[in-house]
Amino acid sequence: VKDSMRGLAVFISDIRNCKSKEAEEKRINKELANIRSKFKGDKALDGYQKKKYVCKLLFIFLLGNDIDFGHMEAVNLLNSNKYTEKQIGYLFISVLISENNELMRLVQQNLKNDLASRNPVHVNLALECIANIGSKEMAEMFAPEIPKLLVMGDAGDTVKQSAALCLLKLFRTAPEMVPLGDWTSRVIHLLNDQHMGVVTAAVSLIEALVKRNPDDFKGCVSLSISRLARIVTSSYTDLQDYTYYFVPAPWLSVKLLRLLQNYPPPEDTTVRNRLAECLETILNKAVEPPKSKKVQHSNAKNAVLFEAISLIIHMDSDPSLLVRACSQLGQFLSNRETNLRYLALESMCLLATSEFSHDAVKRHQETVVTALKSERDVSVRQRAVDLLYAMCDRSNAEEIVGEMLTYLETADYSIRGELVLKIAILAEKYASDYTWYVDTILNLIRLAGDFVSEEVWYRVIQIVINREDVQAYAAKTVFEALEAPACHENMVKVGGYILGEFGNLIAGDARSSPSTQFQLLHGKFHLCSPPTRALLLSAYIKLVNLFPEIREDIIAVLESDANLRNSNVEIQQRASEYLSLARNSTQDVLATVLEEMPPFPERESSILAQLRKKKPAVEDAIRVRGEKQQQRPASGAADGAAASAAPIAATPASGGGGGVKLQGDIAGAESNTDSDLLGLDFGGSAPAAAAGGGGAGGGSVDLLSSILDVGVSSSSSSSAAPSAASGASAQRKTVVVGAGASGSIVGEENWHKFVCKNSGVLYENDILQVGVKCDYQQSSGRIVVYYGNKTPAPLAQFASVINLPDSSLTNQLGIQVKPVGDRVGASEQVNEVITVDCMAEFFACPLLNIRFVYSGVAQSITLKLPLTINKFMQSSEMDSATFFQHWKQLSQPEQECQKIFQAKFPMDAETTKTKILGFGFSLLSNIDSNPANFVGAGIVQTKSGNIGSLFRLEPNQQAQMYRLTVHSIKPGVSKRLCELLETQI
Amino acid sequence: MIGGLFVYNHKGEVLISRVYRDDIGRNAVDAFRVNVIHARQQVRSPVNMIARTSFFHVKRSNIWLCAVSKKNLNAALVFQFLYKMLEVMGSYFGKINEENIKNNFVLIYELLDELLDYGYPQNTDTGVLKTFITQQGVKSQTKEETTKITNQVTGQIAWRREGIKYRRNELFLDVVESVNLLMSPQGQVLSAHVSGRVLMKSYLSGMPECKFGINDKVIVESRRAADSSSAAGATKSGHIAIDDCQFHQCVKLSKFDTEHAISFIPPDGEFELMRYRNTKDISLPFRVIPLVREIGRTKMEVKVVVKSNFKPSLLAQKVEVRIPTPLNTSGVQVICMKGKARYKASDNAIVWKIKRMGGMKEWQLSAEIDLLNATDKAKKWTRPPISMNFEVPFAASGFKVRYLKVFESKLNYSDHDVIKWVRYIGKSGLYETRC
Repeated sequence: VKDSMRGLAVFISDIRNCKSKEAEEKRINKELANIRSKFKGDKALDGYQKKKYVCKLLFIFLLGNDIDFGHMEAVNLLNSNKYTEKQIGYLFISVLISENNELMRLVQQNLKNDLASRNPVHVNLALECIANIGSKEMAEMFAPEIPKLLVMGDAGDTVKQSAALCLLKLFRTAPEMVPLGDWTSRVIHLLNDQHMGVVTAAVSLIEALVKRNPDDFKGCVSLSISRLARIVTSSYTDLQDYTYYFVPAPWLSVKLLRLLQNYPPPEDTTVRNRLAECLETILNKAVEPPKSKKVQHSNAKNAVLFEAISLIIHMDSDPSLLVRACSQLGQFLSNRETNLRYLALESMCLLATSEFSHDAVKRHQETVVTALKSERDVSVRQRAVDLLYAMCDRSNAEEIVGEMLTYLETADYSIRGELVLKIAILAEKYASDYTWYVDTILNLIRLAGDFVSEEVWYRVIQIVINREDVQAYAAKTVFEALEAPACHENMVKVGGYILGEFGNLIAGDARSSPSTQFQLLHGKFHLCSPPTRALLLSAYIKLVNLFPEIREDIIAVLESDANLRNSNVEIQQRASEYLSLARNSTQDVLATVLEEMPPFPERESSILAQLRKKKPAVEDAIRVRGEKQQQRPASGAADGAAASAAPIAATPASGGGGGVKLQGDIAGAESNTDSDLLGLDFGGSAPAAAAGGGGAGGGSVDLLSSILDVGVSSSSSSSAAPSAASGASAQRKTVVVGAGASGSIVGEENWHKFVCKNSGVLYENDILQVGVKCDYQQSSGRIVVYYGNKTPAPLAQFASVINLPDSSLTNQLGIQVKPVGDRVGASEQVNEVITVDCMAEFFACPLLNIRFVYSGVAQSITLKLPLTINKFMQSSEMDSATFFQHWKQLSQPEQECQKIFQAKFPMDAETTKTKILGFGFSLLSNIDSNPANFVGAGIVQTKSGNIGSLFRLEPNQQAQMYRLTVHSIKPGVSKRLCELLETQI
Repeated sequence: MIGGLFVYNHKGEVLISRVYRDDIGRNAVDAFRVNVIHARQQVRSPVNMIARTSFFHVKRSNIWLCAVSKKNLNAALVFQFLYKMLEVMGSYFGKINEENIKNNFVLIYELLDELLDYGYPQNTDTGVLKTFITQQGVKSQTKEETTKITNQVTGQIAWRREGIKYRRNELFLDVVESVNLLMSPQGQVLSAHVSGRVLMKSYLSGMPECKFGINDKVIVESRRAADSSSAAGATKSGHIAIDDCQFHQCVKLSKFDTEHAISFIPPDGEFELMRYRNTKDISLPFRVIPLVREIGRTKMEVKVVVKSNFKPSLLAQKVEVRIPTPLNTSGVQVICMKGKARYKASDNAIVWKIKRMGGMKEWQLSAEIDLLNATDKAKKWTRPPISMNFEVPFAASGFKVRYLKVFESKLNYSDHDVIKWVRYIGKSGLYETRC
């Protein structure tokens, strides 16, 4: 037969027989040369030959060689009327021609012709080619055409099938190109088509469309249910070609079930019953004896079953179905097939979150535990851990945590970290007896110390400090744990902290006398890393307070060169400070300074957030359940982990007077703890501030206080800011000029506060806190904008744009932005550095537009940036003669601006003074004859020159009025300064 | 401390596997196959670290030879050993290919036992090995023979056994050079060097001491300095500057260092006496003058002239010129007066073969190449260089054997009785001219 292309077969077998790669290459080169000479030759090639050579080229390409000719010949093949030739042509094109090849035009013309062809085979080929190329351009060109084929009455089944799949592909590449018209409603009716292939293709398409706008396709629910019913009830002989190893249309069933998961359970009861029947039938079929021993049979059957179960879980409405699904899954738990066990555990995890089936899941606890112990596959074990975590509640917590702990000893390293987190969370969440909790966590540290993250032990300490009843027990247990010859560093940390705080509670026992406690701790000192040593030093000084009798021992330790002259600054500083404290202070001072730590505010456990970071999907599902549960039973354990939704709470600073510094320092020792527990990572400035000895009083440094605390931490935090910002180097357009500010401006009242001060909170709502800190030097300034995410979920597509409402601002201000990343993680804080150069005087105020997506909803906030002309003003001093000389010089009408207005704030001379100084003017005394009047001068510095300004403010106490007069070189400036100052006083 | 040695065929099947140390397990065999031979991307590095184990490999035709070690060992040593091993195997059964290795696997295992002991390289001298590892059937050796072998292998002169006797004392010297060249289209030499080897085949009785003299500048000058009185007339500049050289282990290096004399007791049979490299004053045997003209996008004209540049009395052999053609060549017409030229599509080149070519000749080839319009215009032809192969009967570096004297005090034959043959062969290495 001529169609068999003998030459191609020979060539392929030649290649296969090649002994080496070099030989293969030679053969290919030879063939390529041959084809080139044929294509070049004067003799015209007939269709068969062209097809053969194009085929060979295709084969060579698929072997991994570059092909840079023959495209024209392939396109020529498209004109042929023979199916095989056309087919090869399309094949070559869909594999080899790149999107922007210039031959694409020709190809598109051919595609158009073929789509319009009366021969369904040709239409099919064209559709396949379009789908295979699937470029945006293709979508643009053909997306409007293809729906017509799909709903055309007389189109053949195969055409419909291909059209549906082709449209699906185009929809996936360019959803915006696919027009939604009246055809969409008709597409749904394809579900009723006679031909199963068409239905299968249509379901795939509908599912993709449904994802975009579910409301348009509501009708498909009942249709697919009836279709599903027909399949489920049919026997395997009915569907002939679409029966796969005795399972009727498994793929279609799975797709239909998946489609239904996009909608809530149907409201119409008949439909709902019908669906329930279907699901029941599927569940029934699962228990029937298998019709074949082949693995394909059971695979197909189980695929349908699992999809049905996930639909049941999705609907979460029919308790009987849920329970049945659960028992069915329970059977799979002991199945021989590893995959089945995995899937069963995974689905059960979801079932455990449903209130109806939670108890049913719990019945399988034992099986799951044995799976944990005996399962060979690590991924299955992982799932078992997930399931145990999901099924855990108050009743079985102790047992499950116990099992997990025993498993921890043998667990794979890959899942230990997660396992530790889970144990820690469960232990905390369901602890009714806190001694049990302490035991569990200490055990955890003992068994898998390396995997215990900081958060876990921070949390133990928090809980111990907050609950008086366990303190003595904790001290005792920790003491005993430390007696072990080798213990993990985390254990030493916990031990140091707890003994330092509560060592006195067990000092009565002769076995744990003060000096023994100290010796025990100090025995571990040399094995520990510097941070732990620093912590231990704090513990020692605390011990000095608790037990004056061992003071000398501790002084000796602090005095030793190893500490006092340690190369680590932190240790050195602590040692020297504690040493002088221990030496010089009286007991009273010690007692005040080294007072017991105050209880921590209740807040959400950061461990949970960490776990969620690791496995978002599962955790969210479980968390939702957790919240549901918490709403229902008014359990006394409101102090449980997920109790407080608002994580930001400022802790009042403790201690006072001379004690503040050390108290702060001790807190600073744990300031990592605190800032982390808050879930707000403040870029390391918090510990720096505390360690810098500035006396940051807050035991826990949170976003607010650190921004407001400019005086103390300005140096450290401002040095932290650029380094954080420099990470983001993505060049985005962040400065936009345009009159129309999108969205209304919010936070106007906060903005006014910024006229006279340089840092604070600019805006705050439930999701976002925007803080600002500015520095100005002469004509340039730097504004650091802090965005704090207050929610436990990340903000996606985060972007901020500076909007200049007045186009003249572009010449007046040079603004450069170091943009932030496009994501603000849960409870994270990011900062953005804006550098501003004042080119000339300006009057309008730049806007800051923040956009982000929070839980799927796009948000946009527009704020006024606190950037006003007085920020660039520097106060200047002068004597009265110069003042009056200037005053007179600048007394032309346009240079002068006078306003008389009602006082907006109480007329207190001192506050007014600070405000004026904050505004930028100097205050000159002995100039005005009336001492109650304020007089001053300032120079606005711009790149284009300095603008001197003078003012005089005359308060009238009786009328509660002010008269403000501003003289300035530039006409507008005096007016603007007047306006600004007016709002402040 | 080589831990193990594996030989694979091109499919990655293990042909030979010999493990010397316990720290190398069977899985190392698979690790190399999976990560190097079957790697998705071609692995070009000869040393690969896989799971804290180093794999050193060389590839000869389709055979992979791989040494494995867990230790931090000298990579140069390993490669030197691997190449030596290839050489040894080659001298035992000729070409190294899958079939030969399969046919000789018993022999190879025997060799591996001898070459390495607990992973440390031992004797790799072919001549010595051949005295006790033979391809003949197992013949039980008498006690004296075994002691003799032991004595020899562990003795001071491990490479030569005592009591060799020949009726005719004969020796052959081959100076084999390969000439490497890269030349610009204008005829400017961009880089050129000669790497040469002196191969010796000796059939001498007893334990003869040989002295070898060459025209190396250093050696000649030091000699002249030694007897400066007689050197008055000899100011011929017939010496060359050797960049570096290395000798067979039989050469007494101490004597070379102090007296610049090459003195040695040769192994019996064939061996490589020395190896050298030279970059200065190379007389290039051929010059290629290319002329490439692209006429439009579908045609190209190539004209190549080859000039031989040596004494007319000498005759070059196996001359072959390879002219690469563009990848979109669709047809070639070649015209040449001498030799045979053909377009070889499988190599994408025109191959011009000349059996014999005398000195001071100039032959020419011209070709017309038809090109197919490539769809992808971004790719331009890179014009790879024209390469050349040949064999000429002289040393391009000017290397000369001045003398080779044989002294055997115990047996009664003198230097004059030894029949000596000297031959010079100049071969092409990478001899390329850009066009």
